[in-house]
Order: sequence, then C-alpha cells, then structure tokens
Amino acid sequence: MTLGEGTGATRSPSVEPARIGAVKHPDATVPRGRRIWGGESSENTIRNLVLLGVLVALIVIGAVTQPELYSDSTWVWNNVLSILQLASVIGVVTVGMTFVIIGGGIDLSVGAIVALAGVWATTVATQSFGPGGMIFTAVTVGVGVGLVNGLLISYGKLVPFIATLAMLVAARGLAAEISGKQTQISESTLINGIASTKLLGIPLLVYILAVVAAIGWVLLNRTTFGRRTVAVGGNPEAARLAGINVKRHTMLLYALSGLCCGIAAIMLTAQATSAQAAMANLYELDAIAAAIIGGTLLSGGRGTIVGSLLGVIIFATITNLFAINGLSTEAQNMVKGGIIIAAVLVQQFRFNAVTQFLSRNKS
Amino acid sequence: MTQSSRDLSRRRILFGGAALGAGTLLTACTSNEAKTNDAQIKTAETGAAGGNAAPGTKVVIGFSAPAADHGWLGAIISNAKAQAEAYPDVELKAVESGADAATQRAALATLLGQKPNVIVLLPHDGKELNSFGLEAMTAGIPVINLDRAFPDRRAYRTQILGDNYGMGVAAADYIIAQMKAKGVSAPIIGEIPGIDSLELTQNRSKGFSDTLGAAGFKVQRRVPAEFTVDTGQRAASQLLQAVPKLDALWNHDDDQGVGVLAAISQANRSEFIMVGGAGSKKAMEDIQGDKTPLKATVTYSPSMASSAISLARLIGQGKGLADLVELQVPKEIVLASETITKENASQYLKLGF
Repeated sequence: MTLGEGTGATRSPSVEPARIGAVKHPDATVPRGRRIWGGESSENTIRNLVLLGVLVALIVIGAVTQPELYSDSTWVWNNVLSILQLASVIGVVTVGMTFVIIGGGIDLSVGAIVALAGVWATTVATQSFGPGGMIFTAVTVGVGVGLVNGLLISYGKLVPFIATLAMLVAARGLAAEISGKQTQISESTLINGIASTKLLGIPLLVYILAVVAAIGWVLLNRTTFGRRTVAVGGNPEAARLAGINVKRHTMLLYALSGLCCGIAAIMLTAQATSAQAAMANLYELDAIAAAIIGGTLLSGGRGTIVGSLLGVIIFATITNLFAINGLSTEAQNMVKGGIIIAAVLVQQFRFNAVTQFLSRNKS
Repeated sequence: MTQSSRDLSRRRILFGGAALGAGTLLTACTSNEAKTNDAQIKTAETGAAGGNAAPGTKVVIGFSAPAADHGWLGAIISNAKAQAEAYPDVELKAVESGADAATQRAALATLLGQKPNVIVLLPHDGKELNSFGLEAMTAGIPVINLDRAFPDRRAYRTQILGDNYGMGVAAADYIIAQMKAKGVSAPIIGEIPGIDSLELTQNRSKGFSDTLGAAGFKVQRRVPAEFTVDTGQRAASQLLQAVPKLDALWNHDDDQGVGVLAAISQANRSEFIMVGGAGSKKAMEDIQGDKTPLKATVTYSPSMASSAISLARLIGQGKGLADLVELQVPKEIVLASETITKENASQYLKLGF
C-alpha cells in the first residue's frame, strides 16, 4: 500500500488540480528545460538509461555466447536490423497502448484488432481494390473498433478491462467468421513489399516504427493532447474540473490505439504475406509488458514513448538471443517474466527513494 | 462556448457520418465470397463399390470439434459438414465446442441430449475427454474418435488418426535422400515445429530426430512457432539469423509455412531445401511452381474428417468396409503420412485444404 501512495505522490505535480485549473494548457506548467528526451522529468531519463543498460547487457551476453557469429560485422548489423524488424509490429501497437495506459485505461483487444484488420484487409473482395483499398480497410477497421471500445468505456461507463476483454473475444470471432477460418494470402506485391523493401540498407518496417514512435512522442510531450492524456490518467476528476472533456478524450485514446493496430495489421500482413484470425495472438500482453518495463504506470498518469520502445526492443532482443543460442521457448518465457518483475521492482525502488527525498524536503 | 460546441457537434455529425459511410462501404465491398470445397468428400458417384453408397437406414451423427483457430481445423469442420450433406441418409448435428476441454465437455452434454446414433468427436485433448467417450459408449452410443486418441480402448468404437510420428519420419526420409543425392555428408538441418507443448508436436519432432539420427544426421537448430502465419514468419526469421548457412529445413505446418516462406524470401535465402507438413493447397501449388525452397510436404490431411463421417454412417447402419472381409468397421485406422513432391503434387492437389 505504501508503494501505491508513493507513486501517487510523485505523480501529482503534473496533474495537480490547482495548477491545471489556473492555466489553460497544462503543459505550460512544466518548464521546457526539464523535458529531456524521456518526457516529463529527469527521472524518466534515468529509467530509460537503466533500460539501455539492460539492452547492452543482453547484447554482450549474445556476443559472449556466440563469438563466432558476432565476429562478423555484416552479420551483427543484419542481426540488429532483424531485432528491429521483430520489434516493429509490436512496437507500433505498444505506442498506442502506452497512450491508453497513461490515460488511465487498458486495451486488451489490440491483438484481436490487429487480426481483424489484417483479415478484413486481405479478403478477396478487399484485395480487388488494390493496396490502397487494403490499407484504407485496415486503418478504418482499426480506428472503428477502437472507437467502439472508447464509446463503451467513456459513454457506456464500462470498465476498460471488461469492455476491451469483450472486444478481444468479439473481434477474434468476427475475424474467424470473415476469413472462414482459413489463411488469407495477400496477393499484393506492393503490400508484401513493405516487409522486404529496404531504404539505405534499413528495412521499411523499421522506418514505419520510427515514424509512428516519433509522432507518438511529439503528441505526448509537445501537444495539449499529450498533456491532457497525462492529466486524465493521473486524476480524471481534477482533469474534468480543469475543463478537459474527459469522456471525449478517453474515447479518442482508444481510437488512437485502434489506429496503431490498423497500421500494425498492414505491417504484419506484409511480413507474413497473409493474414488469419489467430494471428497477433497475445499481442496485448506483449504490449502491456513492454509499456510497463518501459516505466508506464499501470494506474495511469505516467509513461514515456521512449521507455515503451526500449521495452519492446528488449523483448525482441531476448527472443533473438534465445533463437541464436537454440534455447527453448519455455526458458525464454521464464526469462521474460523475470525481466518484467525485475523492471517493476527496480522502478519501485527508485520511486521510494525519490518519494522519501521529496517528503523530507517538504518538512 | 456556444460557437465552439456547435462546431463540435457539427464535427461530430460529419465524423459519425464518415464512420458510418466507411463501415457500410467496407461491409458492402469487402466481404468474402463463400467457398465450397467438395474435393475432399466421397459422393455416391465416386464412392466405394459393394452397395455401401446406396442409401440405407437414417443415421443421426453428432459432431464436435474445437473451435477452429487455424486452417487445418477449419478444413476438418467444413469437410465433416460437406461429407454429411453428400449422404441423403445422414443427418449431422454439429456443436461448436469452444476453446478448451471444459467447454467442449459442456457442448457434448447437450449433444448427448439430442440422442444421436453415432458421435464423431475431435477432442480438445484425448486424455481430458476420455471419460466422455466412456460415458457415451456405456450409454450405447458408438464414439468415433477423430485424430486425438483416447488412452482407454473402451472409450471409443473406432478411431481414425493421423500419424504424427510418421510425419517426422517421412520428412526426415525425404531430407536424407536429398542430402545423399547432393553428396552433403554433414548437413545443417533446421526445424520449425508448431506449439511445442503439444504432444503431437513432440511426436512429430521425435519421428524427425529419430530418423535423422539413424542416418547419422541431427537437427542443428529448432525454433518453434505457434501454427499461425505471423509466428511462422517470426520463428523462421530468427532461425535464418541464427544459422547463416542451412542445408535443409522442416516446417511442421503448411499454414505457418506461409509465414516461413515469407521470411525466407525477405531474408533473400535460397541455399537450402524446405519440407512442409499437413498438405495445404498453397503448399502444393508452391511445390508445383518450384520457385521457392519448398520442395516437398508430408501429409496430415483433414480429409480424415470426411472419412470419419463415412465410418460413422457405416457403423450406424451396421455395415463394414466393402473391400475388407470383416462385416464391421475396424477398431482403428491410422492414416499414412504421404510425401508430396513436384512429381505427384497434381494428384494430391484436390486433397489440399
């Protein structure tokens, strides 16, 4: 319980009702100089540096266990690209998820939305409209399902966990219905080319992730939308009193998550050159786990895009590390579980230190 | 304030209209056309001689299989339904049985209440649903186990199974022959299984490694996928990354194989031969086309669902298999895993799912 109180205390500066009420745009309260690449504070920077450290440690483990492969610099570069490609689809989903969680919600339906959007975009009829039609369909389905989630949660007053859990089941069901439980092959060379095209030696998928993450970062740290997200997640009542339309904002957050899923669906379809109702299985858990080890607070009000991205890349690196060493998936899952626990423990430890420091200064 | 709220509502109407319009457009233009696949059923014309095809007493067959989550199971369910429709004397009562053994048990309880003459059952897990088999058999309803064996021989009248171990053997045999023909004495062999915790996956892998071992070969790298296209792509991309030069690769499942082949082409690799598993239409077409490393696939055909319905009908009517001497249907049928290559793909194409 003390931990919970501690996190609440450190979170409050960004959402303190008085401040938000006094200033029209909450972001004006944070001095520009303090917002380093992590976003709201230097504490996030430290957190992200710790994650970078973990990443470096994983790479060192790889180099030590497979010296032969790592002695070839071309292979190492290819491997880095392979890890980034592995992270690209789930990374895009995680950007959307980070917004939802910072906004005080959770979206359990992301994997199902990716599958539904992918399946809908690859039906014979959709493919007859060409790649443009496929992309339009995937994005529309993603945003549409996200909006339904948002409407149910903000205006229907459903708990996010329940609403998106129901959507998870329903969207997978609809995907299975649409696809007739068959694998749908994407015949579009343009769509499939998204996964095999390289620009300046770097895969297109990695650029897409970079662009989505960059837009996400700007949206979270440099716009009213982002500050409102933090305010709504930190303390919805205070945000409402400060004049933020909390319901509409919450709805938009789920639509944003849906949009990310639509983009991810196209990327995943391109990678697999096909789509099926069972694909993107358990992406919700991967995305939530990545956001959490990236420092996003599950109760809302805090989180960074950079941290979430590092979380995704750390998971991709572990998958890569285990494949390269020929180790089993079971062991891999145990290590991933351990890393999630370790990340949260480390963060809480830091939090306690900061909280104590702050309270000592106050008195 | 009024101005801005009016703006908002107008925007909302516009937005809502656009969303609705897009939705209508999507559903109108992008729905799938119904597919029929009647190649995997026996009709009266193509049916066996000996009078078995002639309509007999009416048989009500209860059918239960887990909810289809991938192509193979989807084909199992549609095959069973299509085969039942091909018989004028068969009525099929199919129940969708959800995603786990408990829901399937509940569905089977309702099925028992409908008093079918025979039950065809693809259990979620043979061990978990063994007791249901016993219960139905005790109640006098013959049970035909499809694909996932019951440990107790009293729990079924007949079982018709694929040969998972045999798939591994067939895949290994093909790879061994190809390596010997190429003169590769110590080949680097990769394996992409499906969900690793399943018994069927373990049996396939055991057949594969046992047979390779007998020829003095071994599996160098094994990265499991999860029977879906995206996990196939992921596993293959990591396996190719781990092994810069490969001689042969066995992928357990043609459905995930779509993703495996995508990863291979994305990595620009073609120095090895690949063998698939199950026997999908897409895989057979790729083998015929001969433009990918996929050179063969070993079957585990969902046509067994059609055969199970035929067996159920014969049992319900008290008939045997026409070509055998015995008057009743045998207790167990295990399908052989056949190897499909470029040479014989055209014969098998109609059995692809």
